[in-house]
Amino acid sequence: MPSSSPINAPHSMAPPTDDPRWRLVDTTMRHYGYAPNALIETLRIVQESFGYLDAIAMKYIARSLRMPLSKVYGVVTFYGLFRLKPPGEHTCTVCLGTACYIKGAKNLLDAVKLCTGLLLGQTSADNKISLLSCRCFGACGIAPAAILDGQVIGNLNSSEMEKHIRKWTVSK
Amino acid sequence: MNANNLNNSKAQTIRSNDDLLLCAEREKDRQAQYKQNLFVCMGTACQSCGSTEVLKALSSRIKDLGLEKDYLISPGGCQGNCSQAPLVSVHPQNVLYQNISPQNTNDIIGSLKGSPIKELSCDNQSSFFARQTRIVTEYRGLLNPERIEDYIAVGGFSSLLKVLTQMSPSQVIQEITCSGLRGRGGAGYPTGLKWSTVAKANDSQKYVICNADEGDPGAFMNRNVLEDYPYKILEGMTIAGYAVGANQGYVYVRAEYDVAVKRVENAIKNMQRLALLGNSIGNTSFNFNLEVRVGGGAFVCGEETALIASIEGGRALPSPRPPYPAESGLWGHPTLINNVETYGHIAPIIRNGSQWFANIGTQKSKGTKTFALSGCIKNTGLVEVALGTTLREMIFDIGGGVPEGRKFKAVQTGGPAGGCIPESQLDASIDYESLKSLGSFMGSGGMIVMDDSSCMVDVAKYFMQFCAAESCGKCIPCRVGTVHIYDLLNKITKGEASLEDLSQLESLCDVVQNTSLCGLGQGAPNPVLSTLHFFKDEYIAHIVDHICPAGACGPKGQDLRRPACVL
Repeated sequence: MPSSSPINAPHSMAPPTDDPRWRLVDTTMRHYGYAPNALIETLRIVQESFGYLDAIAMKYIARSLRMPLSKVYGVVTFYGLFRLKPPGEHTCTVCLGTACYIKGAKNLLDAVKLCTGLLLGQTSADNKISLLSCRCFGACGIAPAAILDGQVIGNLNSSEMEKHIRKWTVSK
Repeated sequence: MNANNLNNSKAQTIRSNDDLLLCAEREKDRQAQYKQNLFVCMGTACQSCGSTEVLKALSSRIKDLGLEKDYLISPGGCQGNCSQAPLVSVHPQNVLYQNISPQNTNDIIGSLKGSPIKELSCDNQSSFFARQTRIVTEYRGLLNPERIEDYIAVGGFSSLLKVLTQMSPSQVIQEITCSGLRGRGGAGYPTGLKWSTVAKANDSQKYVICNADEGDPGAFMNRNVLEDYPYKILEGMTIAGYAVGANQGYVYVRAEYDVAVKRVENAIKNMQRLALLGNSIGNTSFNFNLEVRVGGGAFVCGEETALIASIEGGRALPSPRPPYPAESGLWGHPTLINNVETYGHIAPIIRNGSQWFANIGTQKSKGTKTFALSGCIKNTGLVEVALGTTLREMIFDIGGGVPEGRKFKAVQTGGPAGGCIPESQLDASIDYESLKSLGSFMGSGGMIVMDDSSCMVDVAKYFMQFCAAESCGKCIPCRVGTVHIYDLLNKITKGEASLEDLSQLESLCDVVQNTSLCGLGQGAPNPVLSTLHFFKDEYIAHIVDHICPAGACGPKGQDLRRPACVL
């Protein structure tokens, strides 16, 4: 039973570490009054701040929002946005929407594979590059497109893609 | 954004129509101070082609020349013709420049006093522009989406104040019903009927939701509309809130649309600042608030009951209907849920009257619809046309046809629940009924043109792979059926299938279509069924001759079963 005593009050829970980023996470949960509908938004804030969601974060959120860890894990694995592993230093997200597919998104994936040996969803051993895909980010007018370190680049072909990736593999 | 807000910090609240007119006048005066206004398109395509640099270069050059008082440089909305990005428009001359880079800055500024530069001009009287009818995308490219005053200066929020002060909720619903507006999310349910169901529901707490979880791959209309016309959508939602008796609304946007999220959040803040949201809007007893909810990247969230489950914080699993959200939706309360574009039509209908709207379109499909043209076509981008326009006009007149040397094969509409339409059917009109009769679907408005290098079996396989991956797993026909259909299609593209497999494919499609719980599963077999209907010869070629005629599944004319040459 939820109780209003300060010991059981969710907001009295200390964050896992004294990392200031947890303050932002706490603010989000407080904004929603620690209600169950805070879950997705809180997870998003954790991922934005830390880059991914680990077991410590999920346990902390589950306890703060008073819900089973299984529910948190269920939501995290349901939505394509959430990541359980830290991303590489650089990320390459290839759009696999219909327009990009028709215009040769497959060739872009092959180009990345050729330079780095990476398959979709993998991060290189030196943690430098992650290769991700996206269902469609709405840049269909300039297909095929990819997001390279947050920047949308359109009208790509294999050799241009290779050039971009090579910049990451040689630079420090 | 901050710089813009500084100007407005002294703006008063808008409590009446007079306040609104005053605000509009003030903004018009501000704009009239300048000799010319330049708008740099800030759409996704233009930004990725460097429009941010163009905007910076133009602004700093104007500053260096000390001409800030003569020329106003603003970020503008999408012009539509993304294939010519980045775009800059000059007003009141109405000149549009294409493929602009920061190197063109001096030329453009130099030409402002003289005549336009021919080499850089884009013909904005061409059929791409002339054939469009704009309601949702009215004032395209001419509004700075960050500033509420820009929208007010062109008549924004006059519909909201008219509704609040001169119309009863039932009169508003009557007006929407008479206009004949149908849901722009794709299914085409009459909007007025939906509104009246929610209005009749007996509950003190009701909600309004805007479905901006545009999950269809190959569709970006909602993204564009939200990014460029956030105020119009929010005005439509507020009117809807008044009509159905709701006091809280949510805009559910995909996380991938980060610019749209920021613009809507900014728009909500600006509306609150001017008291166009909050308590006692327009000095009446109507209270309404809006919040943004960002999705987690799941296609099934486009389904209304799944979207509601997601707002509640859980996994987005659809639930059986009835009860419909109109009776029992968010947290069990009556909920009105409409697509972005549906809300975009509301303010213009109230402003111009239902009869004006009903005169556009066809007998059963009124008004206009935005479409995202992409794929193998000359003019890609966002277009808005009156319903009833034919597919041929859309693809060959507006879109400019497929690039030289290639041959048109099919156009895919309706996303993963839609179908592929061949050349022989291109004279069909674009409306809800006619697309459905072709085995396709209006959908949210993606239109992807394919040429002869696309294999229809491969395209069907692409969509099935999408649906199998995006199935939420709640009901068995969708969870298991889509995977089996995918396996069968995969077998066909490898040249290993038999004719028995083909008949099994057909019966499996029938089962998934008729027994799935929600629209995702029910629509999933459509790409297969429509390609089987119009392009059966391609399936047969893969199965009987073991070849892929388009050369997409393997080298053209080569036996698909033969292992690839290792040399």
